[in-house]
Amino acid sequence: MSDTNGNIVQARGITKNFKRGAETIHVLHDLDLDIPNGEFLALMGPSGSGKSTLLNLIGGLDRPDTGSMEVGGERVDALGARRLAKWRARHIGFVFQFYNLLPALTAARNVELPLLLAPLSKKERRRQVETALKVVGLDHRTKHYPRQLSGGEQQRVGIARAIATDPTLLLCDEPTGDLDRTSGDEILDILQALSREHGKTIVMVTHDPHAAQRAGRTMYLDEGHLTAERPA
Amino acid sequence: MKYVHLVWSNLKRKKVRTFLTFSSVLVAFLLFGYLSAIETALEQGVSVAGADRLMVRHKVSLIQPLPETYEAQIEQIDGVVDATPATWFGGVYQEPRNFFFQAPVKPREYLAMYPEFLLPEDQLEAWLNTRTGVVVGRAIADRFDWKIGDRVPIQATIWFKRDGSRLWEFDIVGIYDGAEQATDTAQFLFRYDYFDEARQEGARGNVGWYIVRVDDPDRSVEIADAIDERFANSPAETSAETELAFVQGFANQLGNIGKIMTGVLSAVFFTILLVAGNTMAQTVRERIGEIGVIKAIGFTDRQVMGLVLAESLVLAGSAGLVGLGVAAWLISAGDPTGGAFPMFFFPPADMAVGALLAITLGVAAGAFPAMQARRLQVAEALRRK
Repeated sequence: MSDTNGNIVQARGITKNFKRGAETIHVLHDLDLDIPNGEFLALMGPSGSGKSTLLNLIGGLDRPDTGSMEVGGERVDALGARRLAKWRARHIGFVFQFYNLLPALTAARNVELPLLLAPLSKKERRRQVETALKVVGLDHRTKHYPRQLSGGEQQRVGIARAIATDPTLLLCDEPTGDLDRTSGDEILDILQALSREHGKTIVMVTHDPHAAQRAGRTMYLDEGHLTAERPA
Repeated sequence: MKYVHLVWSNLKRKKVRTFLTFSSVLVAFLLFGYLSAIETALEQGVSVAGADRLMVRHKVSLIQPLPETYEAQIEQIDGVVDATPATWFGGVYQEPRNFFFQAPVKPREYLAMYPEFLLPEDQLEAWLNTRTGVVVGRAIADRFDWKIGDRVPIQATIWFKRDGSRLWEFDIVGIYDGAEQATDTAQFLFRYDYFDEARQEGARGNVGWYIVRVDDPDRSVEIADAIDERFANSPAETSAETELAFVQGFANQLGNIGKIMTGVLSAVFFTILLVAGNTMAQTVRERIGEIGVIKAIGFTDRQVMGLVLAESLVLAGSAGLVGLGVAAWLISAGDPTGGAFPMFFFPPADMAVGALLAITLGVAAGAFPAMQARRLQVAEALRRK
């Protein structure tokens, strides 16, 4: 994935509104954002401030009303649905607050999901699943179903799924939001290691200042605007 | 193939629901198989009716006899190749429910008239050499476990013997097979000369109807008219028609049953479509969050739609095919009525239609939920989890 002036993410003039009945909710206003390659960025802000919306726009899950979103030199906001899906499969790894594992699949099968979209043999897929689960320390739980795993373990499987295809950008939406402090710290350790040791660019949305401290930089969203300083 | 486990694991998720839906579809196709076999049994006579054969009966009704002297006169009519008589015997073997067609016939002429009845030459010779000999079709031989050499007693209900007795005894000398699956192999054919000599005096010299072979099927109607004209104003006027029309006349009496069955089957399939469709819609509704996740991962809208359709196809399609298989297996055991449907089988063409129907049902049941899954916006789906 090529980048733009050393930035893997370059958002310019992003505006996003939502309609709720007759009411229009202004979520993001003329927002600019640069994320350098390899950065671990924490996005903080109160509920409803648009953190997850911004994450969705970066990950190509949603489109801005105005502005441009370039990720790795690709105008994500201009891609058609099919190309966008393929682009996500190649370049983006998502980690969700509630893990979002498929309950009918084992840990290994969950991790394998994004690999099904890559031109890999069964053997290659199995090898990459093993590697990803080893990175998160769950290579001994491959055949377990989500219901047989603790919350922390499920989130580690979620991270393994996100990194299985070796994406350029890892987008984490409140990855510790549903976990106790110990499990949350384990998850943050993994994310930090992925950033430092593997050079992954990570954008993490969080409410938790403790979690944000692990990131290299923290930015704050408030009333649709992004600032480097925590709002009063 | 790499997506098979996704489809399979989703079907396994709600085992009871999957089992119930699978069973509903299976039973519907089992019913389809049976109704198809029954409809075939009702109509088979029509479909196998010889194009070059005419049936000549008394103008008043089939139960009024015709003189046996008509045979020679019919054979003199232009376009007629051969004519042979047959008569409804209507006897009872052991008990009335053991119904099957019995008729006194002229062996060589009758077999020449029905080349689809395959009888080995030595058995034909034995028939010609045994006055009480009877040739039976494979279906009733199997049904009653008859073998060559067995003696079969039949209680007459119409044709009493000269001494007033009702008991007719026949020796099985041959078993004929059908040239095609649809050939009637449930007939019980014995010699006309034995029958005519043994029956009561007043009834002798009369037959039930004539089967006539014509040289040109395109002239059948013209020849039938010539036959009727030949016997017009005689004490026994005739009504000649093609075998097709003759058999169709019988089938038409049951025609409404066929329509009723088609109606029942349509209602069943419509209900099953709703059941399977509802199951698929429910599985999609329950998995909106998961669909959002796999779309976020990079599955395209088409791939997601394909997965839902595949699930529906596997569920309804496999249940339908298993239902057809079970139906074929049960129907292969033969006529369940004990004789009302001598040609009771599941036609391969109907099996193919059933298989097509199963696939169509799978697609139709999954189409709407698959479109829903396709249209689902990722961000919206993740929010609705």
